Amino acid sequence: MSTLVYINSNNGLAKSALEAVTYGKKLGDDVTVVTCGSADASKLSQLGEYGASKVMVDRSVTANDAQQISNLVKTAADSVGATTIVFSHDLIAKAVAPRLSVRLKAGLVSGAIAVPEGNTVKVNVFSGKAFGNVKISGDKKIISLLPNSIQPEAGGSDCGVEEFNGNAGQPKIKVLETKKPEGEIPLPEAELVVSAGRGLKGPENWGMIEDLAASLGAATACSRPVADIGWRPHHEHVGQTGVAIRPNLYIAAGISGAIQHLAGVNGSKVIVVINTDAEAPFFKAADYGVIGDAFEVIPRLNEAVKKLKASN
Amino acid sequence: MKILVCISKSPDTTSKIAFTDGNAKFDENGVQYIVNPYDEWYALVRGLELKEANGGSVSIITVGRAADDAVIRKALAIGADEAIRIDADPTDAYFVAMQISEYAKSNGFDLVLTGKETINYNGSQVAGMIAEGMDLPFISLASKLDINGTTATLETEIVGGVQVVEAELPIVVSCAKGMAEQRIPNMRGIMAARTKPLNVIPAAEVDTLTSFESYSLPDAKSECKMIDPENMDELVELLHNEAKVI
Ligand SMILES: Cc1cc2nc3c(=O)[nH]c(=O)nc-3n(C[C@H](O)[C@H](O)[C@H](O)COP(=O)(O)OP(=O)(O)OC[C@H]3O[C@@H](n4cnc5c(N)ncnc54)[C@H](O)[C@@H]3O)c2cc1C
Ligand SMILES: Nc1ncnc2c1ncn2[C@@H]1O[C@H](COP(=O)(O)O)[C@@H](O)[C@H]1O
Repeated sequence: MSTLVYINSNNGLAKSALEAVTYGKKLGDDVTVVTCGSADASKLSQLGEYGASKVMVDRSVTANDAQQISNLVKTAADSVGATTIVFSHDLIAKAVAPRLSVRLKAGLVSGAIAVPEGNTVKVNVFSGKAFGNVKISGDKKIISLLPNSIQPEAGGSDCGVEEFNGNAGQPKIKVLETKKPEGEIPLPEAELVVSAGRGLKGPENWGMIEDLAASLGAATACSRPVADIGWRPHHEHVGQTGVAIRPNLYIAAGISGAIQHLAGVNGSKVIVVINTDAEAPFFKAADYGVIGDAFEVIPRLNEAVKKLKASN
Repeated sequence: MKILVCISKSPDTTSKIAFTDGNAKFDENGVQYIVNPYDEWYALVRGLELKEANGGSVSIITVGRAADDAVIRKALAIGADEAIRIDADPTDAYFVAMQISEYAKSNGFDLVLTGKETINYNGSQVAGMIAEGMDLPFISLASKLDINGTTATLETEIVGGVQVVEAELPIVVSCAKGMAEQRIPNMRGIMAARTKPLNVIPAAEVDTLTSFESYSLPDAKSECKMIDPENMDELVELLHNEAKVI
């Protein structure tokens, strides 16, 4: 029995990658990590600290083409005799894990939020409104772990890094252009998120949201109507039809808390709601509530955060 | 161009989520089913737009039982030409995907579209599995799709941004926000949907790999602590020392 963990290492070792390796270790069997791209071997060897006994890297592939990555994970799985494959439930896993499930005829659980009990894995269902326990019937498993579900645990020592040929084949998808906003924290990975809705009245008022986010080191998000009217970019839209996030802290200003919005944020550990309307449904889902005008409360909160940061 | 759009049903977003049979089954009592929003708003409407621009046909397919015909008619009312229902319970993603890929392989589609995910199980599994079953390229979470001859150009989400990619048809695409604008069916569409073909076909022999054993609801949130809007120092103190998140 052995476990294979695929990680995306193109932008260094993301927290989600460390979580996936830690998760693999918790399954109890020997853990091999497979990755592709150009990350430094010295960086990759640090994965040993989180429980990997070896890292296999295919330098010929970039983390773009799901078919290529499926091929190389399959090659690695065959070579170490993996019975379980772990991914972080990110955009690549969403494209690769289902393909591998069919190819290996391995039961797939996507969006796991806990370590399995036997063959049963806990996941979010109904857009975060409930949990389900999914049983995998065969002896091969693929699990993709929802980011921020467990904490990375270091403790071991560096491991060996081996270059290998994953027989990835030719890409069938040609990348014409990549557009990445520079320097921003990707929303699904952010631990702190400051979000605002229609209560802010117009795009010109987002300065205070960005300032607060900068003081906290947080990412910014918004409700759907705000993205639809074009006040904020689409990738910031959270909720049922947007991105689902589960940060440690979600601050929502001027958002009513409609059920479709909550569906994307109710996995957050702590929710702070700022709203002029004491009856806003969001307060029912909040841990801390402030009944007040965001235009006054947000700058005040920002000052208080800066004070805390200065004193630490 | 022959387009196949995969349609699933999902409980109306405002449905009360409850379970029966000792938390082993979703309680369907009083639940209204709708077409899964991603399938309807994005996959189906973009399929129709491409047909309107390039000619061809849009078929919708669902793996489900006769009770789902109402949901299928709604998708037909929006404009699909015909519907296929594979008569089986959609037990797991593998089962569903293998049914659809078996059908699609023998019927020569240029484009297979799905939604990003179902809003009840949120698996994001079926589309990639169909692609593997058909041995086709798969573009996941596309927010734009244009077709020029036999070449598709797509915009797709990547970690922290978007990517513009190109692939040769046939392909499988899962559709996310941005792909199209929701269409409301009109009276003529609803009338026409009643007479459009809905072909019910028997399921193929396929295993299932996973099963939902039980469900649970999250613990009720503890009472929300109200903070004086004048006193943001207190909120910061609580977030720092009590919640320990900053
Ligand atoms: C199928 C479906 C899917 C959907 N998916 C999503 C989704 O993914 N994400 C999403 O967000 N929505 C989604 N929606 C829309 C959702 O139902 C709500 O309409 C939307 O979330 C409301 O956005 P909002 O809270 O910004 O605006 P509003 O509902 O207009 O609320 C504005 C809030 O701001 C408060 N306010 C006003 N002025 C101030 C002030 N000065 N200071 C503080 N507070 C103030 C008001 O009291 C109010 O509570 C979906 C809807 C449907 C039907
Ligand atoms: N029973 C089904 N019949 C047809 N298509 C389905 C079915 N279930 C899921 N799909 C399609 O697959 C997509 C992703 O579903 P899922 O993998 O369950 O998140 C959906 O948006 C649908 O387009």
